[in-house]
Amino acid sequence: MHIPDGFIGLPTSGAFAVVAAAGVAISIRGAKSSLDEKTAPLAGLTATFIFAVQMLNFPVAAGTSGHLLGAALAAVLIGPYAATLAITIVLILQALLFADGGLSALGLSIFNMSIVAVWFGYGVFLLVKKIAPKKKVSISIAAAIAALLSVPAAAAGFVLQYAIGANATFSISAVFTAMIGTHLLIGIGEALITFFAVGAVLASRSDLVYGYKNQVSQLEIRAN
Amino acid sequence: MKQKTFLISGFIASLFLAGVVSFYASSSPDGLEKVAGEIGFLDSAKEHTNSDGVLADYGVKGVENARLSTGAAGVIGVIATGAISTGLFFLIRRKPGGIK
Repeated sequence: MHIPDGFIGLPTSGAFAVVAAAGVAISIRGAKSSLDEKTAPLAGLTATFIFAVQMLNFPVAAGTSGHLLGAALAAVLIGPYAATLAITIVLILQALLFADGGLSALGLSIFNMSIVAVWFGYGVFLLVKKIAPKKKVSISIAAAIAALLSVPAAAAGFVLQYAIGANATFSISAVFTAMIGTHLLIGIGEALITFFAVGAVLASRSDLVYGYKNQVSQLEIRAN
Repeated sequence: MKQKTFLISGFIASLFLAGVVSFYASSSPDGLEKVAGEIGFLDSAKEHTNSDGVLADYGVKGVENARLSTGAAGVIGVIATGAISTGLFFLIRRKPGGIK
């Protein structure tokens, strides 16, 4: 869902760049409390893994492919603030080094994938975690459901940008229907990858998983 | 699993995925591109500013072998992302013992 230059007009792209920059600034402050000597390298690894898996486009429907977005995965592993930063770093490197995603559209893409998908995904994760049985596997399932819905959420962000400032004049409802439908399909792949990736980290180093630590243990850490 | 083992395994897995598996990725248009084509606004896309870059479109310029070109671009991307992101996350982390 890397937006090329030209789809959305420059004034709208500029406005979203300002919003994206504000979101990144807030995330730098917010990530401070969740990042320490042990979790900072995990955050780096999460960004690295997401870059790698974003190269792996999988077929979804006739002539269409999708790849991991990684927003819900990152939010569950390292927390939403650090996740916003991780996806943003990946998007900037992809645009600068690999010509993937337009430079003038970077604010649009960061808004959709680093902010909307991360925070919407994290909200869904918290909701599902709350009602699911208190088991380790519930964390992976909650992360997978969050992943499934985070992709159409990012797609909805694009539709909003299209509605505000597209250079083309096709019907917004047609763009909405097509974007949400296609990205729900991609969301299924997103859910599977997220389920197994979160499961793998929980199996080897559950103590590092942000979304697994409960309120009590966080309070204990603060008290110490 | 020790933290070091865990991080190294994750990094090697990332290198393998971007360096080897990426060659087998689907080259069909992604969701947004497909929708843009179907609805009709794909034409409004402009060529990327860096489309002549050394690593543009996940290939190393001048390397003819597609497998090698994609793989090398993937490995460079993994190392760059790993170094830059880990560096930045260390810069903003909570410093041990510090209140700031």
